[in-house]
Amino acid sequence: MALTDVVKRFGAVTAVDHLDLVVPAGVCFGLLGPNGAGKSTTMRLLTGQAVADAGTVEVLGRSMPAESKVVRARSGVVPQVDNLDDELTVAENLGVYARLYGIARADRPAAIARGLELARLADRADTIADELSGGMRRRLLIARGLLHRPELVLLDEPTVGLDPQVRQQLWGQITAVRRDGATVVLTTHYIEEAERLCDEVAIVHRGTVVARGSPDRLIEATVGVEVLEVAGDGPSQRRTLLAAEQAGLPTRHTGTGVAVLGSEALEVAAGDGEGHAGRRRRATLEDVFVTLTGEELT
Amino acid sequence: MTTARLSDGPDPPAPAEGFEPGPATAAPSRFAVRAVLAVLWREWAVFRRVWFSTAFGSILEPVTYFIAFGFGFGALVAEVAGLSYLDFIATGAVAIGVLFSSIFPALINGYFRRKEQRLYDGVLAAPLSIPELVTGEALWNALRASVVACATVLVAIGFGVRPDPTVLLVPVITVVAGFAFAAAGAAFGAVMRSTHSFDMIIVGVIVPMYVVAGTFFPIDGLPPALAALAVANPLYHVVELLRAVTFGAPTGAVLGLHAAVVIVFGVVAWGVAVRLLRRAVID
Ligand SMILES: Nc1ncnc2c1ncn2[C@@H]1O[C@H](COP(=O)(O)OP(=O)(O)OP(=O)(O)O)[C@@H](O)[C@H]1O
Ligand SMILES: [Mg+2]
Repeated sequence: MALTDVVKRFGAVTAVDHLDLVVPAGVCFGLLGPNGAGKSTTMRLLTGQAVADAGTVEVLGRSMPAESKVVRARSGVVPQVDNLDDELTVAENLGVYARLYGIARADRPAAIARGLELARLADRADTIADELSGGMRRRLLIARGLLHRPELVLLDEPTVGLDPQVRQQLWGQITAVRRDGATVVLTTHYIEEAERLCDEVAIVHRGTVVARGSPDRLIEATVGVEVLEVAGDGPSQRRTLLAAEQAGLPTRHTGTGVAVLGSEALEVAAGDGEGHAGRRRRATLEDVFVTLTGEELT
Repeated sequence: MTTARLSDGPDPPAPAEGFEPGPATAAPSRFAVRAVLAVLWREWAVFRRVWFSTAFGSILEPVTYFIAFGFGFGALVAEVAGLSYLDFIATGAVAIGVLFSSIFPALINGYFRRKEQRLYDGVLAAPLSIPELVTGEALWNALRASVVACATVLVAIGFGVRPDPTVLLVPVITVVAGFAFAAAGAAFGAVMRSTHSFDMIIVGVIVPMYVVAGTFFPIDGLPPALAALAVANPLYHVVELLRAVTFGAPTGAVLGLHAAVVIVFGVVAWGVAVRLLRRAVID
């Protein structure tokens, strides 16, 4: 998958702005960015549902949107906005897509049964989709995109708005797809999701990639290992900030206090034996994001 | 095959060697009948649950016309354009049945599936093209409209209408006409920005279309401007075709002309619907 110097505008809004992105086959790739960064638009460019104003988009070695039908046959899409067919049952929802994907008649029952199993809705096969809970709908939406064992799986915010338990179930689904060897591209707001699932992430900001790499390396290169969060704005915080400044460490305001990035260097630099009060935590991709863009992720 | 569903381990698995192919899938061709059939199957899956209310409505509607116009109006008017008034409105009712049961669902579904339910976003991410989608939906509406037309013919016979054997050609006409009107409905559905547009389309397009078409009264008596409008109205040509096959000797040349108008209208409506839907769903 390769996007080269892609531009996509909606009137005055430039949703995708000279984006370059190459994703090798077989990896799980995450697009991380705040609202309106252009993640969904990028995903739609990959299915030919959006057409670039400039630049080239190539997916599975085919050029888009000219060869989009072949690409769509070999990819599975899970959209950000739920588009299950509420007039159909769970099994019929899968049945329509089994036919659209051209799964041979003889293989259809098995494919649908596997989809039901994947969505863990085998006992709800004849329930009208309208009557499913939010989590069930998401699971069905994902199973629908995986029905034909696609080579490329495109997931746009697959777990948004779900409780942690359902989210973990969905991570399990995505993990299973990866084990089958498919390439996965997902967008997310959830740092933990990106860190757990993705081999590589790209941080997207205002329609362009500001950094990419494996989550670990990206964090270490940009932020360091550890972050110290100091709550409130008392004298101890001011002392910590001063120490951070002397050590040349970046800091940021977090709403409830101040965070010192790369704080593992702080103790040494401070060297006064007093240490710094606050909560230490592992640095995350969110810290990377804020450092690079100066904006919060969500 | 792996369906581990509850793994939440922190480490993603190492990617497998190569890709294991899924179930046998047919390579997508430019315009695939298979894809059109998938669209039809979706409609059928819904219809088999709701067929009763559809059937009920499609019988009741012509019954209403026959009672209201046949007995009410027919008592005053003996003969219209060489037909008994009952025969005249019987063919009018078939035409209206075809129009309503194709253009309305096409318009309403076209809007809601695109804008509210986002079904088109879903199916167009699968290997379905816009021409296949438009064709499948219009074909379904055409088939259903033809079933309604046949039901109307049967109701008419129950009210004493005695058609010629060529009435068996009615479904041929109604499939083509239903497809054309459904395509037109889909074109309007593709440009609607909100539900407010329904009124405008119904009052501005559909009502004039079914009134000024020789359905309930002949167009001969109309002022020239309105008569010209009727001739430009595809439903008028559908009505003429229906009358020709239902009552007596259809003559080749005239029939060919009416049929040509309906077919050209259908082809143009289909092309416009494809273009407008593409503009509406592809960013
Ligand atoms: N169909 C559209 N018409 C007009 N503007 C659009 C359209 N789709 C997206 N945009 C604009 O393009 C920009 C990028 O939107 P996009 O949906 O790609 O963001 P995103 O990164 O997916 O955001 P989110 O995290 O909120 O889903 C936004 O400013 C949005 O308003
Ligand atoms: Mg989005």
